[in-house]
Amino acid sequence: MTAELAIDVRGLTKRFGKRTAVDHVDIRMPRGQVWGFLGPNGSGKTTTIRMLCGLLRADEGEGTCLGYDIRRDSRKIKRQVGYMTQKFSFWDDLTIRENLEFVARLYEIRKAGEVVDRTLETLGLTSRQTQLAGTLSGGWKQRLALAACTLHDPAMLLLDEPTAGVDPQARRDFWDQIHRLASEGLTVLVSTHYMDEAERCDEIVYIAYGKLMTQGPVQSIIDQSGLHTYVAEGPGVRALADRLRGRDGAEHVAYFGSALHVSGSDAAKLKALIEAERGDGVRWQSERPSLEDVFIHLMGRAEDKS
Amino acid sequence: MISPLRRILAILTKEFIQMRRDRMTFGMMVMVPIVQLALFGFAINADPRHLPTVLYLEDESPVVRSIVAGMAQSSYFDIQAQVHDQAQAEALLQAGEAAFVVHIPAGFTRDLLRGEKPSLLIEADASDPSAASGAVAQIGQVVSQALTHDLTRGWGTLLPEAAPVNVVVHRRYNPEGITQYNIVPGLLGVILTMTMIMMTSMAMTRESERGTLENLLAMPARPWEVMVGKIIPYVGVGLIQTVIILGAAAWVFGVPFIGSPVLLFGCVALFIVASLAVGFTFSTMARTQMQAMQMTFFFFLPSMLLSGFMFPFRGMPDWAQAIGSVFPLTHFLRAVRGIMLKGADFVAVWHNIWPLLLFTAVATLIALKRYRVTLD
Repeated sequence: MTAELAIDVRGLTKRFGKRTAVDHVDIRMPRGQVWGFLGPNGSGKTTTIRMLCGLLRADEGEGTCLGYDIRRDSRKIKRQVGYMTQKFSFWDDLTIRENLEFVARLYEIRKAGEVVDRTLETLGLTSRQTQLAGTLSGGWKQRLALAACTLHDPAMLLLDEPTAGVDPQARRDFWDQIHRLASEGLTVLVSTHYMDEAERCDEIVYIAYGKLMTQGPVQSIIDQSGLHTYVAEGPGVRALADRLRGRDGAEHVAYFGSALHVSGSDAAKLKALIEAERGDGVRWQSERPSLEDVFIHLMGRAEDKS
Repeated sequence: MISPLRRILAILTKEFIQMRRDRMTFGMMVMVPIVQLALFGFAINADPRHLPTVLYLEDESPVVRSIVAGMAQSSYFDIQAQVHDQAQAEALLQAGEAAFVVHIPAGFTRDLLRGEKPSLLIEADASDPSAASGAVAQIGQVVSQALTHDLTRGWGTLLPEAAPVNVVVHRRYNPEGITQYNIVPGLLGVILTMTMIMMTSMAMTRESERGTLENLLAMPARPWEVMVGKIIPYVGVGLIQTVIILGAAAWVFGVPFIGSPVLLFGCVALFIVASLAVGFTFSTMARTQMQAMQMTFFFFLPSMLLSGFMFPFRGMPDWAQAIGSVFPLTHFLRAVRGIMLKGADFVAVWHNIWPLLLFTAVATLIALKRYRVTLD
């Protein structure tokens, strides 16, 4: 129980038929931190999370979650982990309160009524407690799900894309809750596609095609990527994008808002290319690559490998 | 003209692809007609023969032996045993082990020779009127043919009398041959099978279809806890159905209720649990509610056709009877008819209860074994 690491798994592998969904992934995550779990769709994030909380049996690999063996002690893990599924998975035909009470009883929480009351209060759901869960909007469903998976006072939260399809305000509120929970000592592993959310995490694990690509704090991931980025702005940008794509030195060309990011790992080649494209009402600026630049880069590399 | 066709073709293709992907449905579409054909074509026979018959002979002369031999030859009667008192005969009928008791009273041969038209008593289990009717209709002819043979040879002088023997048939348990007496208690079993299996088989698949199963599995509930928790409400539903059906049986159809209500409710409870266990097993196999529905029907059809509900059980060939014996409905029907119509006690219905217990145990084991604690 006193394990320093909340998650400590080695060589975690899962196959579905011939497809390897998760391929020898190692994760060592200390307690009390908030980690972001990133990667393209179908990269194995959900599968990994499911293996961690015992919903799927790993084909290979071993390790512990909260000090419990992921293969043998999945019941103990379930008691101490709050898992929020990607798709809303509470009962549409129960009210918010009924859902929470059901969860509370399954975890054998004493004074379930009081705990539910308190949870409703903290998450701002009290006024809606008699509403059927199925009639809630996306943001409120997320709140309910978070309320339900924190009800039993877990030591760790596994959140699978909790903010997908939720409006910016609700997303911000949701993250405030995550930070509040983390400040109380909870360990949180949250998968996401949003870069701003990733940047709020202590560390990031990036996985693509089942393989772990990189891991570490945001800054060091950017530093280690060896990527150089130029940002172009101005009216001529649109014409530029097609011209630069596929050219030697420009590995990735992508829009960020109205700006064009051109990245490459060979600084000299990239510079030469950019010098040749100056003019035409385009302002060029050398910038530190953003996390997204790095991820697009990593995704490209993973594709090459697979 | 062409473009609607194209769109129809597009939809058609999509449907075929989906049909092919859904192996379970595809399998059902092929299996249901095959099973139905096999059952209706080979198994079901509305004129059952080889009915188990018990002899109670107080007179054993050559004439009596010819009558017995004639009955055996007629293929309607399968002489299985001989009893020596009325109580024994009664018990066998009540338990449903004998369909007929042939009683030849003392002095039968003597009276026959004197031309006094002695009585030959046949007690028939008429709780299912159609099961007994064929044999009952034949019995007079069978007896007189057997006698004709003997009498022409040995005692030719007796021949002129048209019917030397008075064949008395007692249609026991349902003397007027009222079909409802048989059907209504049977319906109890059929309705319970249908709703119990369907409801539970959908209960689990609904969770997986709506995505709530993942949530349920992520929480600390053991398989048997989930199973018991899901099944118990339906036991209540089943008992309500039972009360409704029995009420209708008594007040609408006037079906007699001779036996013990407590024993009947005991059997009903056991049968409900057996059906729920089947339903739960299906719900661990089916991926969608649609498939659960199909599996329910796949189980329901043969159990209705082979249990003796629609067609006399003893009219089926041995292999079909063997399959029929697997279904809980078969044993439940016998128990219910035994208790309601014949006033059977626990001892008499025990040989219908233990197969139900066995079935329930096996189905529960399979369900627990198949219940996945993971999403694999």
